[in-house]
Amino acid sequence: METRSVNILVLGVGNLLLQDEGAGVRALEMFQRKYETPEGIECLDGGTSGMELLHHIDGRDRLIILDVVKGEGRPGTVVRLEADEVPALFRKRISPHQLGLSDLLAAASFSGKMPRELVLLGIEPKAFDTGLEMSEEVAESMETVADMVAAELLSCGVAVRTRTAMPGGGGLHCPAWPG
Amino acid sequence: MSKRITVDPVTRIEGHLRIDCEVDDGRISKAWSSGQMWRGIELILKGKDPREAWLYTQRICGVCTTVHALASVRSVENALNMEIPVNAQYIRNLIIAAHSLHDHIVHFYHLSALDWVDVVSALKADPKKAALLAQSVSSWHLNSTQEFKEVQDKLKTFVGSGQLGIFANGYWGHPAMKLSPEANLMACAHYLQALEVQRKATMIVSILGGKTPHIQNLAVGGVTNPINPDSPSTLTMERLMYVKTLIEELGDFVNNVYFTDVCVIGASYPDWTAYGAGVTSYLSVPEFPMDTRGTKFEHPGGYIPDGDITKFHPITSFQDDYFKKGVEESIKHSWYQGDWTRHPWEESTEPHYTDFQDDGKYSWVKAPTFYGKAAQVGPLANVLCMYVAGHAPTKKYTDKALAMVSSHAGTKVGIDALHSTIGRHAARAVRAAVMYESMQRQWQALVDSIGKGDTRTFVTPEFPKGEIRGVGFHEAPRGVLSHWSVIDGGKIKNYQAVVPSTWNSGPRNAQDQPGPYEASLVGNPIADPEKPLEVLRTVHSFDPCLACAIHVADREKGDAVTVRAL
Repeated sequence: METRSVNILVLGVGNLLLQDEGAGVRALEMFQRKYETPEGIECLDGGTSGMELLHHIDGRDRLIILDVVKGEGRPGTVVRLEADEVPALFRKRISPHQLGLSDLLAAASFSGKMPRELVLLGIEPKAFDTGLEMSEEVAESMETVADMVAAELLSCGVAVRTRTAMPGGGGLHCPAWPG
Repeated sequence: MSKRITVDPVTRIEGHLRIDCEVDDGRISKAWSSGQMWRGIELILKGKDPREAWLYTQRICGVCTTVHALASVRSVENALNMEIPVNAQYIRNLIIAAHSLHDHIVHFYHLSALDWVDVVSALKADPKKAALLAQSVSSWHLNSTQEFKEVQDKLKTFVGSGQLGIFANGYWGHPAMKLSPEANLMACAHYLQALEVQRKATMIVSILGGKTPHIQNLAVGGVTNPINPDSPSTLTMERLMYVKTLIEELGDFVNNVYFTDVCVIGASYPDWTAYGAGVTSYLSVPEFPMDTRGTKFEHPGGYIPDGDITKFHPITSFQDDYFKKGVEESIKHSWYQGDWTRHPWEESTEPHYTDFQDDGKYSWVKAPTFYGKAAQVGPLANVLCMYVAGHAPTKKYTDKALAMVSSHAGTKVGIDALHSTIGRHAARAVRAAVMYESMQRQWQALVDSIGKGDTRTFVTPEFPKGEIRGVGFHEAPRGVLSHWSVIDGGKIKNYQAVVPSTWNSGPRNAQDQPGPYEASLVGNPIADPEKPLEVLRTVHSFDPCLACAIHVADREKGDAVTVRAL
C-alpha cells in the first residue's frame, strides 16, 4: 500500500490544576505513553492557551482536539464532534480556556488557516476543584480516549503502534535541576 | 428611568467576566465587575518545593504562562536574597519583551479591534483609496492596492458564506462604528497580517524558553540555557542571530503598522478620549533588571496617586520596601469568608459564595489597594510612570503618537487624553514601540556579555531553616504582577498571586470605592442597550484576563453568551 504523507496535530487542552479540567492534556499524555507517535503526527500540550496556538494549527490536514465537554453523560464518557460542530460548541460553552479556543478558531477561519478537518473528543468531567488529581471515573477513561485517538489516526490511514513498555506519568513535566 | 444591562460573559477575553451596568438617559450611572470563577490556585502550592512553584503557576492561565513562571522564580529568589547571573537576566528580559509584544499585537488586532472596526463596512471600500490612506502614514510594504483588493475579496467570500457568526458579539453596523470603509479595510488587512507577525514573537519565546506555550528554561537562580558559542545544542551565535532577525521583523510591523493604525483609528474616535478614565491612581513596577540583584533597570516604575504627576513616587529595586508595604487586598465585596483587608503574606483563601448582591458580595476577585486606594495597572500606568520618570524612548514615542493623532484629528490632542478608553490603546502601542527598542538593547547586552567570555546562567539556591518571605514582581503585558511567597524549611507555607486583572477588575474595596473597570464605565454612552458595544470597548481596553484573576470552572450551564437588558 502506498503511504500518504500526513500532517496532523493532536492537541490536548485544559487546566492541569483543576482536576478534570485538565483531562484533555492527561489523555494526550496517556496516548503518548501507550503509543509511539507516528511520523507526520505532532502531539501538543496546549494547556489553556488560545492565540499562541495559531501557528501550531496552521497548515494541518487535520486537528484533533482533546478536551472536557460538559454534557449529560456519565463522567468519563466521550463524545465525538467534527467540523462546524466544534467551533459552535466553543462559542456556546464557557470554561476557563474555551473562550481562548473560540478566538483561536475564529481567527483561523477568518484567515483561511483552519485545518481541513476538525475533530473534538470531549470527555465528560466530574470534578473541577483545585487539585492535581482527576476524579476516579475520568482517570479511568484516559486509556479509552488514547485508544480513540489511535482509531482516529487509523481512519486517516496512519498506522499506530503500541509501545512495548509504557513509561510512567502524572505530575508536571519537570526539567532536571541544572548545576 | 434606569435600565439594567448584564453582559455575561464578556467575550474575546481570557476567562469569565460578568459586567452589570445601570443606564440612565443613555449613559452608564453605576457599574459592577464580577469575576465568575473561583480562585484557589494558591492552595495547590502549599507544602510544595519552592523551586517547582513556577511550573505550577505557569498553568494558572493560558495567555500568561510566561509571566507567572517569571514572577514565581523572582519571588523565591527575593525570599532567598539571591543574586542571579546577568546573562540569566538578559535571557529572561528578552522573553519578557517578546511575550509583551505578542500580547499587545494580538490584543489590539484580534481581541479588541472588532469593537472599533466594522468588517462588513470594509466590503464597500475602494482598495485604491484604502492604500493611499495607509501609505500616507506608513511605508509598510504590504500597504498596496493589490493587497487590499485581495483582502477585500477574501472578506467577501467569508461574509458571503455567512461565517461572520464565528465572532461572538461582533456588532457590525452598530451606530457607534465611525471608521470610513477604507479605514475598515486597512484594519482588516492588518488584522490578517498581524496573525502572521505574532508568530515571530512566539518563536523568540520558543527559541529562548525551549518550548511554547509553556517555557522550560527557568529555574530559581537563573535560567537553564547553557551558553556555548561553539556547540550547536546550546544557545549559539547562530540562534541569537536568528532571534535578531525576528526582532527586526517585529519592529517593522510595530512601528509601521500597529503604531500608525492605533493613531489613525484613535483619531477617528475623538469622543472616546473623554470616556473611560476611571481610577487615575497608576501603579507600575520597574522592569528589565540589568544587574545581578535587580537594582538597576532599563524601564523605571513607580506610583502616581490621583493622576497627580507631581506626587510620583519611584519604585527602584526588587527589594523596594515602598512597594512591599503598600499592597493589600480586601474581601468585603468578594465571595470569601469574612470581611478583612490584609497584606498578601497574611492572606487566607476560604471561599464563601452568596449570590450577586449589589451592595454586598458579588465577585470572586479580591479588591487590591496600594496604600489604601484602588489603582489602575497596565500599559497606560506603565507609560505614564515611565514618561514622568523621564524615560527617553517612552517620551519619544508618546510625543510621536500624540502628534500623529493631532494631525489626523485636526485638533491638538495632549497627554491628558491618555486618561481614557482610547488612551489605553494608545499607551499600549507606545509601549510596544518602546519594547522593540528594549529588545534590541537586551539582545546586544547578552551578546556583549557572552563576547566577554561570561557564560554563567545559573546559581544554585540554598534554603535556610526557618521562615523566609519574598515578593517577585513583574511589569507584565497587562500590568503589575506580584507573587508573594512564605517559605518555611524549604517548603511553601503560603502563596498569593496579585495579578494585573485583579487590580483592574476588582470589585468595590473596603471603603466601597469602585475598582478601575467599574469606575471607567461610569459616564459611557449606551446607544442601544441590547447591543452594548460601548461596554465592550471600555472593558476590552484594559486587556482583561480573568482566567488569572480567578480560576476554576464555570458554575453555569447552557448557552452562556448573553446580554440581558432589563
